[in-house]
Amino acid sequence: MSSLLLKNGRVIDPARQLDAVTDVLILDGRIAEVGTYAGHADEVLDCTRQIVCPGLIDTHVGIRDPGFEEDETTATATAAALAGGFTSIGAMPDTHPPVDNAAAAEYVVLQAARARQCRVYPLGAVTRDHAGQELADLGQLARSGAVAFTDAKTPIASAEIMRRALEYSRMFRCPVFSHPQDPTLTAGGVMHEGLHSTLLGLRGMPAAAEAILVGRDIALAELTGGRVHLMCISTRHAVEQIRRARQAGLRVTADVTPHHLTLTDESLSSYSSQYKVDPPLRSAEHIEALIAGLQDGTIDAISADHQPFAAEKKDRELDQVPFGIVGLETLLPICIRALVEPGHLTWLQFIARLTTGPARILGIERGTLAPGAEADVTIIHPDHAWTIDPSRFRSRSRNTPFGGWQVRGRAQTVLVGGEIRYRAS
Amino acid sequence: MPADSDSPASWSRPHVLGLQELSATEITCILDRAAEFKQLSTEGETRLSILKGITVGNLFFEPSTRTKTSFSLAAKRLGADTVDFAAAGSSLSKGETFIDTARNIEAMGVSTMVVRHSTSGAPHVLSRNLRASVINAGDGTHEHPTQGLLDLFTIRQHRGSLEGLTVALVGDILHSRVARSNIWGLKKLGARVIVCGPATLIPPRVEAMGVEISDDLDAILPELDCINLLRIQAERQRSAFFPSIYEYAHFFGMNGDRVRRGKDDLLILAPGPINRGVELTPDVADGPNSVILDQVTNGLFVRMACLALTHEAATRGKGGPA
Repeated sequence: MSSLLLKNGRVIDPARQLDAVTDVLILDGRIAEVGTYAGHADEVLDCTRQIVCPGLIDTHVGIRDPGFEEDETTATATAAALAGGFTSIGAMPDTHPPVDNAAAAEYVVLQAARARQCRVYPLGAVTRDHAGQELADLGQLARSGAVAFTDAKTPIASAEIMRRALEYSRMFRCPVFSHPQDPTLTAGGVMHEGLHSTLLGLRGMPAAAEAILVGRDIALAELTGGRVHLMCISTRHAVEQIRRARQAGLRVTADVTPHHLTLTDESLSSYSSQYKVDPPLRSAEHIEALIAGLQDGTIDAISADHQPFAAEKKDRELDQVPFGIVGLETLLPICIRALVEPGHLTWLQFIARLTTGPARILGIERGTLAPGAEADVTIIHPDHAWTIDPSRFRSRSRNTPFGGWQVRGRAQTVLVGGEIRYRAS
Repeated sequence: MPADSDSPASWSRPHVLGLQELSATEITCILDRAAEFKQLSTEGETRLSILKGITVGNLFFEPSTRTKTSFSLAAKRLGADTVDFAAAGSSLSKGETFIDTARNIEAMGVSTMVVRHSTSGAPHVLSRNLRASVINAGDGTHEHPTQGLLDLFTIRQHRGSLEGLTVALVGDILHSRVARSNIWGLKKLGARVIVCGPATLIPPRVEAMGVEISDDLDAILPELDCINLLRIQAERQRSAFFPSIYEYAHFFGMNGDRVRRGKDDLLILAPGPINRGVELTPDVADGPNSVILDQVTNGLFVRMACLALTHEAATRGKGGPA
């Protein structure tokens, strides 16, 4: 029996509302004990002044393998995830070909096993080829490992298809992840519609595009009893709608991204494609509402919404470049700066949004340090000051607006199943 | 010779990307320089040597006739060589990025790039990726600074100053780069600006730019000193912004009757190309209040001023002759 002792860390386990300086003993890849431990261990990691928490989980990551390996591969995406402190990620199905059948889901599982870094949970497509016309093989996808269904960044335009997806997916206890942007209002848009889109002469995407689909999806969750997860919420109205739906007991969850918590539409004044994201960066009033949603639990999780693109794809005219930034390796410090340092969230609340929240959304038994759980653990140095340098990313892509930011906090050591898979250099 | 003298200290920019970032002093500096060039031209001085030995590249990633011709002529009047680039049939159609295309042209010794592009911000991106001076000749629906400047120049020529004038921009404000440049320039030089058009073609939060909004041309007509009739850009419109051209002309078209109800000395401008019978009727386009052809003439001098000032600033910046 091999044993590993994480000694004297600040152990934060939101699943059990634990926040205390103590020890964590791991035996044969599982959590054996949390509490002061004076016995022998084969290996001891001194975690003094560091945070020991369940491995972080991201609900939706663009892995882009197969089909777009110039952007990212399973190996580079999972390496980036580990470097960011993540031990589990949901893999977006918007690959080429898309993950809309059993074989495609099995490929994701196989590539993740080969990469042998973090855990990867496939998300299956809702509709065949993300075309929004007919349901994909949802049951077979679930049987092959898919834990949720989504058409990724393609909104499901048809309310009828969304309704049937929610009804049908109930059989497999899987949620449907929605990208809630009404496509008829966002077509051709580059940024948030408002003062800055007017000044910059860039086509805007109104906040109402989000409110409309969030409202529809909530109504359909009520109609069907299905589980809707709303990805990358970015507006005040959406937060209010979700809050009311939750109060009414509907099965609706939501996440936000670090960039929607820190950047506004004014950033586009540089015309840099690094700020072109979907949904677009909004104005300051929306940021305030997103933070309030995180505080009261209306928003369950934070996702990097990792969207890697090779440099040549982002180095074009703004209306031609794809939406998205890489985020796995910057989420932790950006959110510490946006949420923990100003006192918006306690460490316990913050870690909950990265562990128990996403685990519940994905329906996976992860995100806790309870004895008996597989030892997925992230050890965070909360005060480590560093400068974000995209050239040092493990991700194959470097499309980030956060290059050069002076930040604090990073994952120091990451364990998956009790095995040390990452140590910060 | 005044035009060959050093530019005033108030101009130090190597690029002209938009009127938003220019101060009133800088805008006036361009207009004054353009006035000097116009004066020289009337005196028969049409060949200057300010840009002798340099090459100006006309990078038109989007088609244009009058702006391109005007810039070419302006460069030649200043003694420069010009090289033209058009996107159609170029390496862009072979997949090259516009940044690489521009870098290649720069590598052939081009030191000033006149850039027209269908994407807002494209000249700004190029200005960060090139050593050359970049002059924005119209970017997407963002700005068209030299058109804005020639409009200001033309109004100033006829009224002496812009201070206190009421100017209406009528038509498709949403998709108009000319409108944005006009708003910045007019406001900075002290004019009152009203944007007027169908509610669907008024950009969100435009009042934050310091303009008033109207959807009733007849109501504001008596107050106007100048009216700038923007083109209805059918090619930019992805959905129905108004029911029909006929209905648009009925509410927002300038016709003889409306001219008679305006001030006697109402100045009528249009950036062109004009759609006769839509934005304005032929009798108005060719009538005594119209300064449309003056605008075209003045465009040449404004562009000469931009080319000369940016070249001089860039040369100073590189430690060249002051």
